[in-house]
Amino acid sequence: MALDSRTVSVAAREAAAEAPRRGRWSAAGVRRVAGKLGGLALTLFLASLLVFFSRFLVPGDPVSFLLRGRKPSPEAVAQVTAQYGLDLPPWQQYLNWLGGALTGDFGRSLQYRQDVSTVIGERLPVTLMLVVMSGLLIAIVGLSAGVVAALNKGRPLDRLTLIGLTVLSAIPSFVGSIVLIAIFAVQLGWFPTFGSGQGFGDMVYHLVLPSIALAIVFVVLVGKVTRSSMVEQLGREHVEVATSRGLKRATVIRRHVFRNALGPILTVSGVLVAGLLVASTIVEAAFGLAGIGSLLVQSVDRLDFPVVQAIVMLVVTAFVVVNAIVDLAEPWIDPRSAAGASAR
Amino acid sequence: MTTPTPTLAVKVLRAPRAHRTSLVFAIACGVVAVMTLAAVFAPFVAPYPPDAVDFTAVNAGPSAAHWLGTDGLGRDLLSRLVYGARTALLGPLLVVIGSTIIGMLLGLLAGWRGGWIDAVLGRVFDVLFAFPSLLLAIMAVALFGKGLVAPVIAMSIAYAPFVARLTRALVKAERTRPYVAAYRVQGFGGAWIAFRRVLPNVTPIVGAQSTLNFGYVLAELAGLSFLGLGVQPPTPDWGAMINEAQSGVAGGYFLPAIVPAVAVVLVVVAVNIIGEELSDRIGGGVPA
Repeated sequence: MALDSRTVSVAAREAAAEAPRRGRWSAAGVRRVAGKLGGLALTLFLASLLVFFSRFLVPGDPVSFLLRGRKPSPEAVAQVTAQYGLDLPPWQQYLNWLGGALTGDFGRSLQYRQDVSTVIGERLPVTLMLVVMSGLLIAIVGLSAGVVAALNKGRPLDRLTLIGLTVLSAIPSFVGSIVLIAIFAVQLGWFPTFGSGQGFGDMVYHLVLPSIALAIVFVVLVGKVTRSSMVEQLGREHVEVATSRGLKRATVIRRHVFRNALGPILTVSGVLVAGLLVASTIVEAAFGLAGIGSLLVQSVDRLDFPVVQAIVMLVVTAFVVVNAIVDLAEPWIDPRSAAGASAR
Repeated sequence: MTTPTPTLAVKVLRAPRAHRTSLVFAIACGVVAVMTLAAVFAPFVAPYPPDAVDFTAVNAGPSAAHWLGTDGLGRDLLSRLVYGARTALLGPLLVVIGSTIIGMLLGLLAGWRGGWIDAVLGRVFDVLFAFPSLLLAIMAVALFGKGLVAPVIAMSIAYAPFVARLTRALVKAERTRPYVAAYRVQGFGGAWIAFRRVLPNVTPIVGAQSTLNFGYVLAELAGLSFLGLGVQPPTPDWGAMINEAQSGVAGGYFLPAIVPAVAVVLVVVAVNIIGEELSDRIGGGVPA
């Protein structure tokens, strides 16, 4: 922020001039990737410590914690003790859990008498489909709202878009769900109120309203970031240069403005994925969808802690991995960031 | 006081006239004030006790007896809305206070001491950023049980890194200012300068940013009660009201769900407008 646009564009030009000589797989590049992956592993390791040892914050003995709300028969106590190795020292319990988690084995669900991974596996398709549909919606609506607003900066269309986004930003997903159900499912009867349907087409049809409800808040995020990033680029020198060279406006916008504006948008989309996974708990509950979000809520309700642990770890991993991918992909989309990073 | 540091109140009052007359800001303040007063004086404002049942009016529309109608059990919606404002506003307030205190202390520590403390705290914040606040709250409920206490503590921790990161950046910038060196030369201790001079200087900006968290926290805590994991019935709560009204919505009775939903949206909008206005007036952001 301290640099004015002139300094930035000079720096960018110098960096761009240097970039081809450096090559994509230079030592600096490899070191950067290795450093990012190391950071990713460390963050995940620390997160797993938090998720696992959180159980030890609960006062009382672990057997009665895991068997809350169930009959503590001697067989059940013996079974839970053996299954989770509760007689072992804590660090050994952790290593067992981590070893299992790394191979996709999160132990057995206390509620469903099945492996946690099986229970989650059955529920995963609905959530993934919901997140993908919602993500597409966010990309289309958010990006176009941001672009339209930026290109009409200061004009009524810009103000209208901004007001619309501000209103949407105040609609939490449970409110959005209820309103959509009331209007489009109950009143108009266009969509089902409940369930995720059978087969692909039916599932898409069942997930239309949920994905809209899920998208609302995130459309605002993407829309606002797109607008401000586009506006910033539109004011840059290189855009003026491109225009004065006689390039068509559409070409200038597409190749010189939008492409340069992608950086911040990409960064936001990293945060988006974890946000979507967490917010889907609320949308799945509202629409009665059998995804991992509603599974998480049911597992909390039925005191099935191993499932809760697994889902929390899954969401955190998704967040960390997607952010790392966004970080690593940035130089491919915007070579200046790679040049800038290795120049430091 | 040797340094004339304008307090938050002074800065807000000194704002240009154009700002002060902003109608939208005034309305937003009005909404929050009315809601707060209603929450505090709920027993005097609400026409009925929140769980009083009127069997003659189940799922009734607005009438002279029930201004906003009744829910599926014949309870007065206006009364439940007024009582529900208590938990709806108290939860976010506690989270904002808690996260601001934790975040400012950790941010001050990281920014003032630097070095390995800064590095370690930075890593801790990175890990906490990977836990979305709602997820951390759900995990806390799984561990410590349903209600308002566990989610409020979990969310205070989840929002603290955001406050800490801002405080750290501000404190780092503040450290290099001449007045800090002047105090050093005069022989004042580092802790004294940090807490008595630097902390008050960064408080207004951090405070304005924390206000912006209020709306998010309110929506998330209401979402948690909507999931049945937050405030438990029979305590009236906006999120829980929407949850209970869900079966009614499928049957075509929208009012019991829409009334608390509108209340949530209204307060979130109002709080966000106030927070943004405060940030503008105080001139938030990190000095370069």
